[in-house]
Amino acid sequence: MNELSAPKANLTIKDFTSDQEVRWCPGCGDYAILKCMQRTLPEMGVTRENTVFVSGIGCSSRFPYYMNTYGFHTIHGRAPAVATGLKLANPELDVWVVTGDGDGLSIGGNHLMHALRRDVDLNILLFNNKIYGLTKGQYSPTSDLGTRSPSTPQGSVDPALNPISFALGSGAHFVARTVDTAQKHMPGVFKRAHAFKGASFVEILQNCIVYNDAAWKGITEKNVVADKQLLVEHGEKMLFGAERNKGIRFNAQKFALEVVVIGEGGITEDDVLTHDETNLQLARMLGELGGQADEPVVMGVLYARQAEHSYTDAVLGQVAERKGKTTLKDIMYGGQTWEVSETITS
Amino acid sequence: MASDVQVLESAVVRFAGDSGDGMQLTGSQFTTSTALSGSDLATFPDFPAEIRAPAGTTFGVSAFQINFGAKSIKTVGDRPDVLVAMNPAALKVNIKTLRPGGLLVVDTGAFSKRNLQKAGYDVDPLSTHELEAYQLVELDVSKLTLEAVKDFGLGNKEALRCKNMWTLGLMLWMFSRKREPVVAWLEKKFAKLPDIAGANVAALNAGHAFGETAELSVHFKRYQIGATHSEPGIYKTVTGSQALSWGITAGGELSGLPIVLGSYPITPASPILHTLSNMKELGVVTFQAEDEIAAICAAIGAAYGGALGVTSSSGPGIALKGEALGLAISIELPLVVINSQRGGPSTGLPTKTEQSDLYQAIYGRNGDAPLPVIATRSPGDCFEAAIEACRIAVKYMTPVMLLTDGFIANAAEPWKLPDLDKIEPFKVTFAEAPEEGLEFNPFKRDEVTLARHWPKPGVPGTEHRIGGIEKSFDSGHISYDPENHQKMTDTRVGKIDGIANDIPAQGVDQGEDSGTLAVVGWGSTYGPISEAVKAGREEGLKVSHIHIRYLNPFPANLGELLASFDKVIVPEMNTGQLKTVLRDKFLIDAKPLNKVSGQPFKIQEILDVIHAEASS
Repeated sequence: MNELSAPKANLTIKDFTSDQEVRWCPGCGDYAILKCMQRTLPEMGVTRENTVFVSGIGCSSRFPYYMNTYGFHTIHGRAPAVATGLKLANPELDVWVVTGDGDGLSIGGNHLMHALRRDVDLNILLFNNKIYGLTKGQYSPTSDLGTRSPSTPQGSVDPALNPISFALGSGAHFVARTVDTAQKHMPGVFKRAHAFKGASFVEILQNCIVYNDAAWKGITEKNVVADKQLLVEHGEKMLFGAERNKGIRFNAQKFALEVVVIGEGGITEDDVLTHDETNLQLARMLGELGGQADEPVVMGVLYARQAEHSYTDAVLGQVAERKGKTTLKDIMYGGQTWEVSETITS
Repeated sequence: MASDVQVLESAVVRFAGDSGDGMQLTGSQFTTSTALSGSDLATFPDFPAEIRAPAGTTFGVSAFQINFGAKSIKTVGDRPDVLVAMNPAALKVNIKTLRPGGLLVVDTGAFSKRNLQKAGYDVDPLSTHELEAYQLVELDVSKLTLEAVKDFGLGNKEALRCKNMWTLGLMLWMFSRKREPVVAWLEKKFAKLPDIAGANVAALNAGHAFGETAELSVHFKRYQIGATHSEPGIYKTVTGSQALSWGITAGGELSGLPIVLGSYPITPASPILHTLSNMKELGVVTFQAEDEIAAICAAIGAAYGGALGVTSSSGPGIALKGEALGLAISIELPLVVINSQRGGPSTGLPTKTEQSDLYQAIYGRNGDAPLPVIATRSPGDCFEAAIEACRIAVKYMTPVMLLTDGFIANAAEPWKLPDLDKIEPFKVTFAEAPEEGLEFNPFKRDEVTLARHWPKPGVPGTEHRIGGIEKSFDSGHISYDPENHQKMTDTRVGKIDGIANDIPAQGVDQGEDSGTLAVVGWGSTYGPISEAVKAGREEGLKVSHIHIRYLNPFPANLGELLASFDKVIVPEMNTGQLKTVLRDKFLIDAKPLNKVSGQPFKIQEILDVIHAEASS
């Protein structure tokens, strides 16, 4: 899939960094994502003028101000809708949507769902910190059950939404996951998302140092990464663990994925599944992994299936096919008309 | 025989039946034939919100009224001269509108005991003295239709569907209209179903023939309504939705911008979405969004990308768009927002007409968020009003609210087609990159209009970041500075107020530009006010008609004009919204005349007030 063209200009991280003072809290996970984006865009060979960042409202949505490209900080939850209109006006633009768990999955859930369903050619980054940061710490739709927050002092009672399941359920054609601190992993995911023609959805596990610090600690701390994260690559065995002796197997009786240890109970590497990113059912099961104590959370491109046409191409294709075949004058003066001549005028 | 043909100046016919009886089709075909005869006309499709309400019930009654004549027709007529009632429910709902002495045609075939019950009649009104005030004609249209189409081998249900064409045939005969356009239309519509086409044509012909053979009957006078003496030109019958869609498309061509419409289905605005979706030949892009908010947001996104963004809805949808409208005002991007008003509040009366969204248009957003508001007055007027909305939007970098209503959207009128080559273009130029070393300011303004320039993504050197947070007047960057917010708020207000100097001065539609009484209206009350003022003036009353298109800002001379009248009355299909705005802006004693029944004003209702006010 790495069909990326060579950089068109010798742009660097500096060219993509705006002169605006970054106003996230010190230590916020957003800094790492921002730096990674500013660093990776030059490697993609894109230009500043063709790149647009569109966001909604929330901490993550300040992202466009710090990119020295075109940027549009819109209203809460509506970035996917604004970005869809932008692509319809100019399909040549590279449009990135930056959203969060509250912005994208709560107030803007409907728009995110439909942008994914339509397969609009957008790169959608959802920063998931499982909390509302900008409004000072209320629980969000991805907060763990029982989260204590100013609005849920006794603990939240509604279960969390899994963004990957949401995206796949909405009909997304490209679904990936990465972590704010994974500076080596994230660029590759960004490049894949960018290269994909259609809606690419990337969940980025991101730490809110002030209102939900260490929310991802259980899977991102150095000493647990190897056992709690499974990095998938298309065509590669799904192996993980410090000794890479753990793998994912399909248990047909339970109709579920399960963790196995190579060498235990006669398990060999042959029992371990090979990742097929075009397999929707596999992607659904991989997206749900992480719920049990021994299960890893899956990182990388879980699902990628290129459609023949993206939504934008299809819509504009219908227009291009017909454009110029008639004129407004012909439409207005066509059909049943009649003439009133000078002679009968009183 | 020619001597039996009575020449009338105008007539009002109302077709009423069950919503499954095809009354809208009957009415629109009668309209086409009438327009082609050269008569002026106005129509009023009056249908229920339910697609197929239970058959035979009063709430399922669908009606179509047409007023046509050899004179200029500006309203759908206060009271029908002819009422065609296809069932008891249609009779029950519509009989009170029929002029005393008017002709009442009923299909006795539909007056079964069950249908009478459903309509709420304990006793068959045809058997009582209830209808004595009218010329009652009882015809078993059902039976006559079945007889006419029996050779086509249709089932009973399908055969009875041709009843409307039988009735139409009779009415075409009665008013000396041609059948040919209807036959051509039927043959085209049912090209793939020759039996259905044949049966409908047979029913149409049978109705027409029935009129001829029944000519001796005292009731069946044949009428002739002549051609109107209109201005020379090419004419076409248009609905408001059509003319408005063409106006938007013309706005795109005049500005040199592609149109991107974001819309969500809603009554009575959907025809605009449908019409524009059929204009891909002209490069129009339409997007049926997931909801009203996405519809306007996509239009804003398109505008950010350099297209002419348009969104179309009705009151409830406009309410949902409120926050996004504020965004468009704040970032100063052009946008045309069309509101086809309907009865409110909430879901209200989706298929009935009201003008009750004026406050919403002028005031309905958080913060100080002014935007221009323009209203259409008639179906044909929608074309020019839509072009004006586009012109102001791109020249002033602002969303513009274009108010129309369900009545205008669905009603048809003969319209003199404009010469497209004579409309002044308003080509848009986008922002250019600043000189080397200088920072690009997205909020650089034109000193006269105060409009900011319009940068377009894809252009090198004009990269910028904007959003709904307050921006610095000087750089466009985020600014929380108190004085800057004062300055930006004043600038946004000043920009919209300044449009008053860029629109035509308010004229007087009829009468003198000062005097005793001014009747001031906006929107679709144009027809009834115009007729009422005309009638008053013919009686010698000193009364003038002023009709306002530009509702925000008002034309610069409006205050002075209104102040030169002793009295101002404002007929509106709401509880007095323009009246309040006029009072606020000009401190004048504007008096309301209100109607919110979902039906247009009758000429008489306005004339009564003119009598009272002009003579007191």
